[in-house]
Amino acid sequence: MDIYLPIAEISLDVFLLLGLGGAIGFLSGVFGVGGGFLLTPMLIFIGVPPAVAVASSANQLVGASLSGVIAHWRRGNVDFKMGFTLLLGGLAGSALGVWLFTLLKRVGQIELTISLCYVLLLGVLGALMAVESLRAIARQRRPGAIRRKLHQHNWMHGLPLKTRFRRSKLYISALLPTGLGFAVGVLSAILGIGGGFVLVPAMIYTLGMPTAMVPGTSLLQIIFVAANVTFLQAYTNRTVDAVLTLLLRIGGVIGAQIGTRFGTRLRGEQLRFLLALLVLAVAAKLAQDLTLRPHDLYTIAPEPG
Amino acid sequence: MTRRSGRRGSNPLLVVLLLALVLVGGRARGDPIVADLTSHLIAIGSGFTGASVVLFGAIEGPGDVIAVVRGPARDMTIWRKGKVAGIWVNAESATFASVPSFYAVAASRPIDEILPRDTAALYRIGTGNLKVEAKPPTTPETARRFADALIKEQQQLGLFGANPLKISFLGDRLFRTTITVPANVPTGTYLVEVFLVRNRDVVGGQTTPLVVSKVGLDAAVSDFATRQAAAYGAIAVVTALVAGWLASLPFRGV
Repeated sequence: MDIYLPIAEISLDVFLLLGLGGAIGFLSGVFGVGGGFLLTPMLIFIGVPPAVAVASSANQLVGASLSGVIAHWRRGNVDFKMGFTLLLGGLAGSALGVWLFTLLKRVGQIELTISLCYVLLLGVLGALMAVESLRAIARQRRPGAIRRKLHQHNWMHGLPLKTRFRRSKLYISALLPTGLGFAVGVLSAILGIGGGFVLVPAMIYTLGMPTAMVPGTSLLQIIFVAANVTFLQAYTNRTVDAVLTLLLRIGGVIGAQIGTRFGTRLRGEQLRFLLALLVLAVAAKLAQDLTLRPHDLYTIAPEPG
Repeated sequence: MTRRSGRRGSNPLLVVLLLALVLVGGRARGDPIVADLTSHLIAIGSGFTGASVVLFGAIEGPGDVIAVVRGPARDMTIWRKGKVAGIWVNAESATFASVPSFYAVAASRPIDEILPRDTAALYRIGTGNLKVEAKPPTTPETARRFADALIKEQQQLGLFGANPLKISFLGDRLFRTTITVPANVPTGTYLVEVFLVRNRDVVGGQTTPLVVSKVGLDAAVSDFATRQAAAYGAIAVVTALVAGWLASLPFRGV
């Protein structure tokens, strides 16, 4: 059953869109990533113009993330103080990111920049996470293994503005989450995503947050970042497709709930290893697309200029 | 609006219309060709998967008929990827002014059999005669290469007809053909030009408009998104939040 999307100006199958929304929602519930880094390329792949894909998936992430946060919050797995500290930097970062985006678009290389950023980020993060989680799994299997400290102490713990994040059992400088939020904000504006796939590993490895607290807290920040992106895209580029978003959302919110319940049954290390595999697969696909001779050398730009 | 509002090909109404044309239109002197569409509006609703309208008419005396459908003209930029440091990037581009967003030709016989090449070029019949012009600073050689690519891309999108459609005659004077547009058809006012060809020359013609427009909810959404962009953005965010919250309700206490 096909449906016409008024902003994207194409017809697509309703169940394909519902299914896609559901699959992405499931992943976001399990891993605490918004799923934008998968949703956007998938939408482009099925024929949605890239600008519309980026803006509409940001809009869909708002809903999916809220439903994810609520589910995690019921289990007491959201650190609100940490979330809002991250957000402080995130909003400033996304403002800078939007400015950079406009600049790159004018030069005609925004798509290349997006692909390269994805390959680099996903490749490095995926490899790091895979290695670390495999080590953790191996350590647990060995009987009598000595449990390591919660996190290593280093230069970051010498920074000023020390704040206690009770839920995360951390006493660290507020500058750390703010700076992390800022960096993710820049990235998410350029890549048109929530930034969860950067945020989640950074929160685990850099801030040293307990794995259980991470998905809910990162989703909390994603709600606001995605809302910001949605509004800016709708206002400046008119690329948010309400019908497309509605369909993705219906699938997405349900998928997120199922994903959250599924995620709590998995152990932290297994969760991290699965996410690492997923991240590496997407990176490999994008790298392949960049280096293989394109099927068609020519593309018509959606907008003149 | 029905899904294929324009498809009324086998409607007996058409026969009546054709007869009326013969009786009334055909008698009018100095009008060697008269033509009309079964519908002047292609309405894009929620279930839109493409549509078709029937072009029909009558000619005075012998001859062949060629029809050209042209969508609203717009500027188009086409990029060509090149390999830079091992990866494929957008390396070259050319911008063309006033390219028809849709283009299709229909003819009662192969065009090169009934019309000399230069006459076809004069009336811009056939994708080879579109005369798309590149904006500076494109060199003529590059422009030709990119123009070919542009036409090929548009053909792949189904927006430029690769081969002329068939115009069939019912008897000696009545003709008809079906114009089909895909789901990704651009909106706007189209022009349908009909030419009467006799002795390898165009001896008559007529132009009929065809409007492709969004209707109903789809039109409302796209209108609102354009005119009230800030409000649209805000509503998009709020509805997403409400939907997210609603979706979490059934799972309470699980």
